[in-house]
Amino acid sequence: MPRLGVVDYGMGNLRSVLNALNEVGQEAALIAAPEEVAACDKIIIPGVGAFSEAMANLRGSGMDAALQDYVTRGNPLLGICLGMQLICKKSHEDGEHLGLGWIDAEVRHFPPRPGLKVPHMGWNAIESERDHPLLADVAPGADVYFVHSYYVDCADARDSLGVTEYGIDFTSVVGHDNVYGMQFHPEKSQHVGMQLLRNFATLQ
Amino acid sequence: MLKKRLIAVLILRDGQVVQSIRFKHTNVIHYDPVHAMEAFNKWSVDEIVLLNVSRSAESRGAFAQSVEQVSRHCFVPLSVGGWIGDAGYARDLLTKGADKLALNTAFADDPELVQVLSRRFGKQCIVASIDVKRDEAGETKVAVDRGTRLLEDDPVSWARRAQNLGAGEIFFNSVDHDGARKGYDLETIKAIAESVEIPVIAFGGVFTWAHLLAGIEAGADAVAAANIFHYTEQATRKAKSFLANAGVPVRSEGQSLAQAAPATSKIAS
Repeated sequence: MPRLGVVDYGMGNLRSVLNALNEVGQEAALIAAPEEVAACDKIIIPGVGAFSEAMANLRGSGMDAALQDYVTRGNPLLGICLGMQLICKKSHEDGEHLGLGWIDAEVRHFPPRPGLKVPHMGWNAIESERDHPLLADVAPGADVYFVHSYYVDCADARDSLGVTEYGIDFTSVVGHDNVYGMQFHPEKSQHVGMQLLRNFATLQ
Repeated sequence: MLKKRLIAVLILRDGQVVQSIRFKHTNVIHYDPVHAMEAFNKWSVDEIVLLNVSRSAESRGAFAQSVEQVSRHCFVPLSVGGWIGDAGYARDLLTKGADKLALNTAFADDPELVQVLSRRFGKQCIVASIDVKRDEAGETKVAVDRGTRLLEDDPVSWARRAQNLGAGEIFFNSVDHDGARKGYDLETIKAIAESVEIPVIAFGGVFTWAHLLAGIEAGADAVAAANIFHYTEQATRKAKSFLANAGVPVRSEGQSLAQAAPATSKIAS
């Protein structure tokens, strides 16, 4: 039976993600222990908060290794907000910290720009870089809800599926093989967000 | 480009949506906050603020239940406030689906709680709800305790202090403008927006779409209203069209949500 797992590692608003998945007709369950990973065929890592604390929690529970196995087997995984940053190689948030390493990218603070407040908070547009089933039925320039101070800087531009402008153009949707990330909160992005979650849930 | 946000405020007293006029809440607008919220969800509002203005702290449990019910159908950011006096209750509200906590009296009586919550849940989670009121001398002062207690502090230094304590956003209201239909307290909003780095949400007094535009022009990053959105069909969509026509960048998506089942809203007579 297909099972969508939402990783509970003590960070962020899991209820919102579960509510949104429920809204698009996807049954989902929280998974907190490594042994629960194997039963899933789709996994979402949500999250709000500090990068280093999140990685410490994932390592402390052994979840990092279980997720590594899961991804190596070719199963789809989606990181949301902090979750998208965790799947990258390295973050520069409060020092340098290694991430899960599935996307060849570094997580950097927004450069200071006059008139642009950090965190980048509110609705902003995603422009898709190319056709991808994850972005199916999402109009170019559709607005989604962001709250973040750090962004994902991809080493390989081909991993950047969607881009958003906030002083700089940054990657707001990332994808490499079976691993995906969204910098915004699809669960709080109304019908555009619901469509994106539906797209991930139905990826083949 | 980052859009200016349009925010709908639901003011709850003992579980019912009420009208607010100078912080007095006598008229019930909706018996059920979920129905009111569903209408906003359909009408492309960008964010929802749910405030508990009940007079008694005993309302906390029932309000948390309302938060849980509303959040189940709320797919835009949800801020909640009222009677948040300890970390346990704050956590409870977040677990029940709130995205942000609006704190008002805590900034005066328990600044340490603000700092603790900001560190634990992040600045983006902490909204400083700042109410102001003119004193007898006509000076604009900060008010807490649902507008009942006037402090000596001026709004600008209070806003800066809130930012330093770990607020990620300011939700501004004026007791004198609230429900008075004469537009926002633009002077104070402008002064605050010029003095802090964090986004400012203007609230209190909107009666025309032009009032929203004036708030944006005064420097607000987001404009909020309550009463007017309940009394006008498709209110938030009309408000957005007005702002867009005036050249304000707003989110135009969300309209196709109209294909969702129509909410059967119960309007109190």
